[in-house]
Amino acid sequence: MTTNLYFEPIRLPAECEALRAEVRAFLAQEIAAGTFDPHRPGHGDSHNQAFSRRVGAKGWIGMNWPKKYGGHERSFLERYVVTEEFRVANAPVRLHFVADRQSGPILLKYAPEHVKMDILPRICRGELCFVIGMSEPGSGSDLFAAKAKATKAAGGWRINGSKIWTSNAHIADYMLGLFRTSAPTKENRRHGLTQFLVDMKTPGITVNPIIQMTGQHDFNEVVFEDAFVLDDHVMGEIDGAWKQATSELAYERSGPERFLETFYVLVELIRALGPEPDVRSAEGLGRLVAQLHTLRRMSVSVAGMLQAGREPLVEGSIVKDLGTVWEQKLPHRVRELTAFLEPDITNRTSLEEQLAFATTVAPKLTIQGGTTEILRGIIARGLGLR
Amino acid sequence: MAGENNHIVAEVAARILADLADPQTINRAKDERWKETLWRALDEAGLPLAWVPEKLGGSDASLIDGFAILGVAGRFALAVPIAETMIAGWLLTRAGLLAPSGAMTVAPVRPHDRIEVHRDGTLSGSAFAVPFARSSQHIAVLAEDSNGAVIALVEISSCQLSEGQNLAGDPTDAVTFQRVKPLRSGPVPAGFDRSSLMLMGSTIRSVQTAGALEAMLSLSVAYANERVAFERPIAKFQAVQQNLARLAGEVAAALAAAGSAADTIAQAGLFDDAVVLEVASAKIRTAEAATEGSSIAHQVFGAIGFTKEHALHRFTLRALSWRDEFGNESYWAAELGKQIARRGADEFWPLVASR
Repeated sequence: MTTNLYFEPIRLPAECEALRAEVRAFLAQEIAAGTFDPHRPGHGDSHNQAFSRRVGAKGWIGMNWPKKYGGHERSFLERYVVTEEFRVANAPVRLHFVADRQSGPILLKYAPEHVKMDILPRICRGELCFVIGMSEPGSGSDLFAAKAKATKAAGGWRINGSKIWTSNAHIADYMLGLFRTSAPTKENRRHGLTQFLVDMKTPGITVNPIIQMTGQHDFNEVVFEDAFVLDDHVMGEIDGAWKQATSELAYERSGPERFLETFYVLVELIRALGPEPDVRSAEGLGRLVAQLHTLRRMSVSVAGMLQAGREPLVEGSIVKDLGTVWEQKLPHRVRELTAFLEPDITNRTSLEEQLAFATTVAPKLTIQGGTTEILRGIIARGLGLR
Repeated sequence: MAGENNHIVAEVAARILADLADPQTINRAKDERWKETLWRALDEAGLPLAWVPEKLGGSDASLIDGFAILGVAGRFALAVPIAETMIAGWLLTRAGLLAPSGAMTVAPVRPHDRIEVHRDGTLSGSAFAVPFARSSQHIAVLAEDSNGAVIALVEISSCQLSEGQNLAGDPTDAVTFQRVKPLRSGPVPAGFDRSSLMLMGSTIRSVQTAGALEAMLSLSVAYANERVAFERPIAKFQAVQQNLARLAGEVAAALAAAGSAADTIAQAGLFDDAVVLEVASAKIRTAEAATEGSSIAHQVFGAIGFTKEHALHRFTLRALSWRDEFGNESYWAAELGKQIARRGADEFWPLVASR
């Protein structure tokens, strides 16, 4: 039980600020070259193979992984700086982001040496896209209800069933997926799931697109029909994947991408308000800034905990809970403040476009990567309530 | 408070408070004699003048150690003027003035209250809602004229007090100065003004509020695990778990914001834009957490938490009162918003990222 929450006021060290300058210069160059438009919302969610390779060439993917796997042995705090600068610029990181954030670390921990040597350097070069296969039709957050099966065969496993809400599946090279290898036991309903590395080019895999309410194509349904996976693509303990899941969550849940997804509307609001806003607008803006600053200080603090080798599961879940609720409300609050704008502001069109986009995207922010309800359950467990 | 284990003075404070200021015991006390005993112990440990150097009569603790003491004071919802004496000592030290012994308070506490210093060095004007004025012997005053400001030490007995109280019943008095002659006074250092005092006061209240919220969380969690309803501890109900998880989020945000502001003040040479961002954010966010957090804590406790005999109100009502001192969240939000707007859209992220 931990009612002693602890957020040390970590400051980013000097090497981070040098790196930040380098990242900003790189992004400015990419913007000037027309790779992406920082003012177009949704670009941060798009993928760009050539861009990801240039990011890899800069050494900004797999930043804290060992050099022998193509990594750069830099700190979590340095990775933090790169992540937040890319997110704020709306840079198209979709292709490499999941692999960098969570798939790579899982491979590092559980994959056999030759698999690591094969795949990790390619992730670091920005060549590989990963998809996470957890939810299934009929079971979303309840991972332990997963039914898609892996059955033992000579030299490997045969996979049958479906995964759903799989972002990136249509462009991904590999999936890290949870599949049922045994029935759950009476004592432990979490038993019986195993994590597999699946090459998306394997015969027997079909990817069916699911279009989101924003019009974007991100989700898919992935259907497996006797898709064969080699023995050495089992990640970790057979039937014991649930034990592996929790330590990864702090990485996934506490990053700057968990409160910066609609950040652009705040910047555009400041542009629209001009240098001398009325008191109501200033007050509204000030509150949003205070909340954002606090979230960032919490998130940096969690990055410091990760760097120190701790597993801040509760703290990370709190950052994602507060951060996603905040970024979800942000477009609505900005909308309220736009009611008092001068009629002749120059950026009205782009502000309205961005608001419309952020407002339609907002509902998913508290669902993806662990719903608010699941997070609060984790926090409650950390408090010793369940 | 962050990094508290390193702060021996904070451990000393925690021991003294555990012995002499247990909230439940105090809540049952029939009179206020406990305050004298407690103050003597705090004074002997050198805590009230923690931020005053030895040569000016204090115990010369670092700013960060002092904030750790205040975090502990918040966790006990302490109702003696330790925070007020500490900030008064800090203010006097800005002008190199010797600190007196005994309890002190500070003025002004509201951002728009102005006390004037005349050419002959006497002070006039009013400061409203000054915490613990009638319980203090002295008041450290920031007084202004058209050329700048002075810091002055004044005997409370030479001022007129109009008694008031905050939500928790602690004294908050209007203090009127009519050509009052200070015991001593001196000019402020370069760049120091009323807003500097508000920033320091806000950091202190943020740290205390975060401490009070920590206590609300641990009391609420313990109660939810004990209290049985519908044949189960109420902690087993998901609706209660969700509420407590939200409370934990508010506590975490308050701790992070206050800790970051305290760290900033402790490192800062000047009260620049970055300090305003940090401190205004902390005051805003801890005040929001006090609003949200105190209602959740009361919800968990139900009727028993709404009684005089239960100590919960000691934490919730002080946290709610502290919102209003040294600038409330609306005041600071407007100040911060104006600053951000003045810097412009393209300078916004660089400022946030610089912290």
